[in-house]
Amino acid sequence: MAFIQNVPFFSIILSMISGIFSSALKRKAARSVTIVLSAVVLAMNIMLTVFMLQTGESYTYMMGHYPAPFGNEIRAGLLESVMASVFALILLMSLLGGLNKIDEQIQEQKQNLYFIMADLMLASLLALVYTNDLFTAYVFIEINTIAAAALIMSRQNGHCLAAATRYMIMNLLASGLLLMGITMLYGITGHLLMSNIRESVANLFATGEYHTSLTVVVVLITVALCIKSALFPFQEWLPDAYGYSTPSSAAMLSSLISKSYIFLLIKIFYRVIGMEVVVSTGMTNILFLFGIIGMILGSVSAIRERDIRRMVAFSSVAQIGYIYMGLGLGTREGVIAAIFHMIIHAAAKSMLFLSASGLIDVSGDIKQFRPLRGSGYRHKAAGAAFTVGALSMVGVPLFGGFLSKVYFASSALDFGGIRAVIVLAALAVSTLLNTMYFLHTVISIYRPATQEVPAYNAPSKLSSAALWVMAAVNVALGTLSVPLYQAIARGLDMFS
Amino acid sequence: MNSSKPSLKQKFTAWLENASMLDDAMEKDLAKGSDLKAQENEKAVYEAWEQRQKNRHDTAVQEEHALYERIHHWTMTGGAKTATILYRLFCIFVCLAVTAFMLMMVLDMPAYGNANSPVNNEVSARYIEKGMEETGAVNIVAGMILDYRAFDTLGESTVLFIAACAVLTLLRIDLNRHGLPTEELIAAEADDRHHEPKDDVILQRSAALLVPIILLFGIYIIFNGHLSPGGGFSGGAIIGAGMILYLNAFGFKATGKIMNFRVFTVITFCSLMFYGLAKTYSFFTGANHLHSIISPGIPGNIFSAGLILPLNIAVGMVVACTMYVFYALFRKGGM
Repeated sequence: MAFIQNVPFFSIILSMISGIFSSALKRKAARSVTIVLSAVVLAMNIMLTVFMLQTGESYTYMMGHYPAPFGNEIRAGLLESVMASVFALILLMSLLGGLNKIDEQIQEQKQNLYFIMADLMLASLLALVYTNDLFTAYVFIEINTIAAAALIMSRQNGHCLAAATRYMIMNLLASGLLLMGITMLYGITGHLLMSNIRESVANLFATGEYHTSLTVVVVLITVALCIKSALFPFQEWLPDAYGYSTPSSAAMLSSLISKSYIFLLIKIFYRVIGMEVVVSTGMTNILFLFGIIGMILGSVSAIRERDIRRMVAFSSVAQIGYIYMGLGLGTREGVIAAIFHMIIHAAAKSMLFLSASGLIDVSGDIKQFRPLRGSGYRHKAAGAAFTVGALSMVGVPLFGGFLSKVYFASSALDFGGIRAVIVLAALAVSTLLNTMYFLHTVISIYRPATQEVPAYNAPSKLSSAALWVMAAVNVALGTLSVPLYQAIARGLDMFS
Repeated sequence: MNSSKPSLKQKFTAWLENASMLDDAMEKDLAKGSDLKAQENEKAVYEAWEQRQKNRHDTAVQEEHALYERIHHWTMTGGAKTATILYRLFCIFVCLAVTAFMLMMVLDMPAYGNANSPVNNEVSARYIEKGMEETGAVNIVAGMILDYRAFDTLGESTVLFIAACAVLTLLRIDLNRHGLPTEELIAAEADDRHHEPKDDVILQRSAALLVPIILLFGIYIIFNGHLSPGGGFSGGAIIGAGMILYLNAFGFKATGKIMNFRVFTVITFCSLMFYGLAKTYSFFTGANHLHSIISPGIPGNIFSAGLILPLNIAVGMVVACTMYVFYALFRKGGM
């Protein structure tokens, strides 16, 4: 076993130990620990990705002295290492971009707790990505849920507390459904290890035994993870949670936490239940339908919104709709497009949240559009980053969003039939709607200011630098995306 | 062909000469000169038109107001009632549907205790048959959670830790920047003095009798976790309950001597660090097939079962502290 194959284990355990270690540290030390941790995890996972590209084979890693069905196990493939690298990169950038706001908005004595949450959230993201055991996934979903709620409420004002309460209620309902689903799946297969369940489910599916139970399990698990990733109509908790929490939290929630649940759902579809079983239960049709509705209604809500951060939050609902639409096609190409869009959206949305908060900062802390006029000149990095993110989300060529739309369209055309028409129509309508609210915002931040701008502090250099880097990453994703697409395709083939 | 309109050829030549037809028309108009009367006439027509528009706008606004009033009235009375009834009916329908599906599923699931159910497979067989031999723990459950599936349990302990941190984020009331009590803190203290029991003789006497026994029992359950039912989670909960009883009887002044945030931080930090590092060693050696110095020992001895005993102690301390801190934070936001 090559030493580099320890990377998944080391990155999970290192994040957990850093979280525990930070409890004894003051805020500045805890902050450095988190930043160094995410950089180290990023570097390790990039090395692992390179290694996986060379060997081209996935492997399992025994957690302890007992082989898989008896002990715990994690599994690493190309897709997992790519996702882990993306998550670590975005965590690093979201933290760096929002450090000044964390300092400002969170009580001094509680800042080390914030960084503990970030460390443990990274641990749970990595564990969800790498796990090969359903129960391990559940345990780390618990950590993820609590960390997310704490990230929302760490800025202690009324909006955030209400949003955190709402988040907690919806997510605990989802956790309950998921746990029931996992328990029932264990009841009919007798396993918790993903590959073993897959075998048993294939047998059950072939013999037609426990057919009802299998359908209910698929429904329970899918609905649970849809609630957690805010697919329409479960998006009610999202706008407040993303719109009012501290910008780093909003970036992490939208780009990391909701994405990790979607990734887990894809993993469960492919590695636990089997895509053909899921398609036969008709669950993909439902995901497809709600994905399309979410795409349109999310954008409509964003157009009606007058608060720039809540507008970006509603746009998340629409983008999650895109991802589920790809997943709902149920084909290999559709799922690859969904994963690709997941990465593109994660990169763009964290940047949009951070840059929106930067723009608000230089406009007298008011989030409406009129005071924002001219803010693109006052905070150049945020203006540029917002423009890049908006263009990517609208789907302008040379930016990532364009390519994911092309991939969605081509996978729908491969699928054929009425669904291809629906996808193309939905893509067209949604692009139009996206243009309406995103370009409107971009134009308004570059219009000359019509009213007197209140005094503001010069934007922090660190967050400006982080925003420039993020903009560069987004442009790179848009222009050099072919290797990424191929890596995702190869990784998805390693899944089964 | 109308002679006043330029032909295609004329247009083309004009275009070649770079002159517009519009210019000609404009020049003609200018040559005619201004007609003052026509202008006045135009003004009157425009004003009449404006007045008509204004009237139409006003009636539209009135109608809209009337409509809005009607709808508003309806939503506040009949509409609200209808919506509530529909919503409740829908909720009942959803609940009944989910219940029905779940019951169908129960009928479909393998019967409880059935020997042939899929749960009774090689995995549980190995836990039962070889569990004691491989882990050294007489208590199979302890062997399962702290040795076979130790990674999940590490996750679970972290859940407790992160829950404690989240409650601290939410509820802890701190001294301000200069180390002085804030108004919020003073209010919380006053509220606590006002509402909580103090110098309750019955409570104090029974607590003095019970607390040592409870703590001792909790310690026994933790230390015997690998030999008999129990372990870190249950023993820690008992110790935590004992500490809460002591706090209720004697107040924060008495417990503050042995238990404050500093102690809490030190205990959770040391326990979880020990857990994390010990398990890192064990996972790393296991995965890389290296020799591990941890041996199961002789099953049945108190010092046996490798890491299970120390891990139980670590988990127990974290659980006890977390319970106590939860109680203290919910009571007055501090210790």
